[in-house]
Amino acid sequence: MSYIRYLSKVLYIDLTRKTFWVESREDLFSEWLGGIGVATQLYKEEIPSKADPLGPENAIIFAVGPFTMAYPLGSKTVAVFKSPLNGYFAESHAGGRSAAAIRLAGYGAIVIKGASERPLYLVIDGNKVLFRDAGTLWGMRSTETVGRVLRDATSGAGVRTIMRIGKAGERLVRYATVITETYRHFGRLGLGAVFGSKKLKALVIIGKGGFKVPNPKEYREVFKEIYETATKSPVMRKYHDLGTAANVIPLSKIGALPTRNFSSGNFEHAEEISGEKLAEHVLARRVACSGCPIACIHVAALREPYGDEPYFYKTTFISYDYELLYSLGSNLGISSREGLLKLIYAVEEEGLDAISTGVILAWITEAFKKGLISEKEVLAKPDWGKYEEYIKIVHNIIKQPNEFYKVAALGVHELGKKYGGEEFAIEFNKVEPAGYHTGPLFIASLIIGARHSHLDSGAYSMDQKLLKAGKPVPEVKEGFKMIYEEESWRQVLNSLVICLFARGLYKPEVVLKALRGLGYRFRSVDELKELGKRIYLKKHLIKLSEGYDPLKVKVPKRLLEVKTALGPVNGEYVRGIVKEYVTTVREESKKELL
Amino acid sequence: MLVLSSGEGLRPRRLVIKDVNRCVGCQLCMLACSRRFAEVGFAKSAIHVRSAGGVERGFVVVVCRACKDPPCLRACPVGAITQRKGGAGVVVNYSKCIGCGFCREACVIGAVMWDDLSNKPIICTHCGLCIDFCPHGVLGLEEVC
Repeated sequence: MSYIRYLSKVLYIDLTRKTFWVESREDLFSEWLGGIGVATQLYKEEIPSKADPLGPENAIIFAVGPFTMAYPLGSKTVAVFKSPLNGYFAESHAGGRSAAAIRLAGYGAIVIKGASERPLYLVIDGNKVLFRDAGTLWGMRSTETVGRVLRDATSGAGVRTIMRIGKAGERLVRYATVITETYRHFGRLGLGAVFGSKKLKALVIIGKGGFKVPNPKEYREVFKEIYETATKSPVMRKYHDLGTAANVIPLSKIGALPTRNFSSGNFEHAEEISGEKLAEHVLARRVACSGCPIACIHVAALREPYGDEPYFYKTTFISYDYELLYSLGSNLGISSREGLLKLIYAVEEEGLDAISTGVILAWITEAFKKGLISEKEVLAKPDWGKYEEYIKIVHNIIKQPNEFYKVAALGVHELGKKYGGEEFAIEFNKVEPAGYHTGPLFIASLIIGARHSHLDSGAYSMDQKLLKAGKPVPEVKEGFKMIYEEESWRQVLNSLVICLFARGLYKPEVVLKALRGLGYRFRSVDELKELGKRIYLKKHLIKLSEGYDPLKVKVPKRLLEVKTALGPVNGEYVRGIVKEYVTTVREESKKELL
Repeated sequence: MLVLSSGEGLRPRRLVIKDVNRCVGCQLCMLACSRRFAEVGFAKSAIHVRSAGGVERGFVVVVCRACKDPPCLRACPVGAITQRKGGAGVVVNYSKCIGCGFCREACVIGAVMWDDLSNKPIICTHCGLCIDFCPHGVLGLEEVC
């Protein structure tokens, strides 16, 4: 079987009829590589533009690509679905063992449609799909326990992924996540709620297969070359040592670490929650996704005494990353490492997206202090640094004991709309942002990026490079071009699919060579870049056709008032980039039609 | 033929787990082992990595430990398994092997893997290729004593 043909199998699962079938989609995989390229096409085929994100007409699409398990750091799965948070095309990536399991179960993509009338979990084991009752798992307090139960209930230790949702997903909290292998997440845009709406509690995929490569000698050489760079290059060092948490201090120093609901970019206690201090005091273990030598997953051990009995302790293992240290740390004024870890644990237990939750907690605190809401609504006394209060609020977002919490489960945009304080409700198109108050390019990228993620184009890094080089902000046209080119190239990387932390390793020439090692016949880097632009365009056109109007997205006033690492942001400049985006997508799409 | 990672290979050596606590669970050893057969994946791997009951508890690395008196060899009803020279593991004669699976059952640590496609066992040959792809110093070669 040829390499592409092996990758081209798509597993379709219908939860309404409890059936499944496999189709060979070589048409898609030969034109669009895999990952986001193929997932975008499947989205177009499966999800009507007027579909209700929480209705059975929404679909969950997972895709891997030609590099999945074939090369180092080919460790990620792309998920696309219609977001219940903002109602548009959504994309979220995760690692763990998910990509290995899908690919080695023999699939390039999995499409899950329809909805079950009662809770179930799926087991995909090679050619079989089992529909199993999840009545007992539904409502279980912790996502960790769900994982433990499913580890015992299924086979395939070491070669399986266990994706599950928490109560947040069951209760349709619009920013619920899907957790895989306890510490990795399809975090953003509410995939957990889509699972919940389909009564899909968990998805276990067992993949222990393998497949031949067409040019073994060339393949082995390229593999070794990439592996050597990955393990020896300084590019990967930061993820390796302190993990993404290494960013806390440098970002705070340049004034880009969102603090107390983005009211400042410097956190005076940054050091306390820094990667350095966490490593020194609580880091217990480092873990890797399948196929990644870096092991950026940093797991902390939290040892707590029980108050009621002497010498009686519990130890909990909690993973941390930069985004959590910002959203549940600096942005809430939390400097206690122990408190921060406890808050992270509560968020993980419930299966909430940490970034969205943090931004919402920050808005609640400010709105509470300003008197827009009171203890009657919040049922707690939120204040910066008071993690015990935040933990209460987190559990209430799931319980939804009153009207206020029903709104809180819809996201910060809805809270601002209903209770006021929109100027400090930090969101872009209803999505709470990642933690980089770096400058105008980042802000613009959140409006025009397909998934409103810092990883769409890495504009947070462009801002930082400008700062470092002492250069002024580029002209509007040039600013847009930088974002557009980078996001287009990342479509290639996300189709292959590699972890974006390895983007520095997978330079265009390396990608071309690695593809050749697998028998792909791309003639030039330009041909690849052209493909990236086409994927970019397809993806953005879907979103625009669903009614997304980037010109209507308002930058929260707070972000224009508080100076970024590059100084105050000019709203007109950001608007200019958005206009440039709209024009470009329109013009390019005309060309595409010809 | 594969070259021993140590470059020597004059005295018989066996693959050892130097320190399982250094394992981060990346499974690159499994991928390396499968690459011997020009394959991507886990199907042909003679080494297996899984969590010790959740990744927070660390990992278990399962591979043949070159027993002095191998139970797999004794369990084989057709004499398809023989001991290597100097005791560095065993060799499977696939022409003789009938795929009964007794060897797999005989191995208490589960180091006799199974190739579902050919329905035959896969046992580590102690070649040491995986060591070159273990980024965290878990694996090593040791002289058989």
